[in-house]
Amino acid sequence: MISAAENIHIHRDDVGTKIGMWLFLFTELILFGGMFIVYAVYRFKFPAEFQLAAMELDTFIGTVNTIILLTSSLTIALSIVAIQQGRKYLSVLLIFSTILLAILFLVNKYYEWGHKISVGIYPQSEELLKKPQGEIIYFGLYYVMTGLHALHVVIGIVVLMIMGILVARGKIKQDAYVRLEAGGLYWHLVDIIWIFLFPLFYLIT
Amino acid sequence: MDQQNQQHNHDHQPIGYARYILLWFGLIALTGTTVAIAGIHLGKWVIITSLTIASIKSLLVLNVFMHLKFEDRIFRIFVLVALATLIVFIVLTFFDYAFY
Repeated sequence: MISAAENIHIHRDDVGTKIGMWLFLFTELILFGGMFIVYAVYRFKFPAEFQLAAMELDTFIGTVNTIILLTSSLTIALSIVAIQQGRKYLSVLLIFSTILLAILFLVNKYYEWGHKISVGIYPQSEELLKKPQGEIIYFGLYYVMTGLHALHVVIGIVVLMIMGILVARGKIKQDAYVRLEAGGLYWHLVDIIWIFLFPLFYLIT
Repeated sequence: MDQQNQQHNHDHQPIGYARYILLWFGLIALTGTTVAIAGIHLGKWVIITSLTIASIKSLLVLNVFMHLKFEDRIFRIFVLVALATLIVFIVLTFFDYAFY
């Protein structure tokens, strides 16, 4: 009797959940993929101007942000191991470390954009419009692509906060953690996009 | 019933902490490498080396962090189809710009 009743309540398809998450990630891939194509075409048309414009970016801050995101990918992956082992508080701690690293990433981004804007390089600024066309396009792409990526970081923070609360409340637990896995997949995708943004904008000098 | 109740991953060998931390060291080392290579002015080769290293890093993240290596084969097929679609987009676009 009890077992039959439980069978009615437990209606779960973890593989299906994860496939659904991956399908969503593919739409993200095409979204950013389209932008990478725009980048590739203009880089092909204005190679020298792209290289010159990329010198304006601070490679150090880009490298630091890369390390921050890679580390946050590690902490979210470890939080899943922790919940698999039933170590709830370790899992919550790791999820909130991930969120802290994500916020640190955004703080760096804030100072980086802030510095660019303070020296007059932002879309439609007088300073920027004086530059050659290739550089204007480079900075346009820089703001749009890193901006959209930063928006994904913000969404990731919200998603991970919800996951952290669900783990803390015991809704995500040792034998049911597929939601945390789906949240982790999203976070790793944000990391992968940055893995490509970093060399394309910071390292092509 | 028990099997349904269990997470699918339990069928496979779950990854431990050590393996993820090892991968993290690898990813940091690759980041250092790509920054160092960009510093030695290889001209147009910089874009090739940095995109190669970025691809290696992404494959590592996909396979280990995103668990692709340990999932059912259907996940890998899906990802390959998605990547192939993106590559078709890129190649077709460049027919208009590079290969005329």
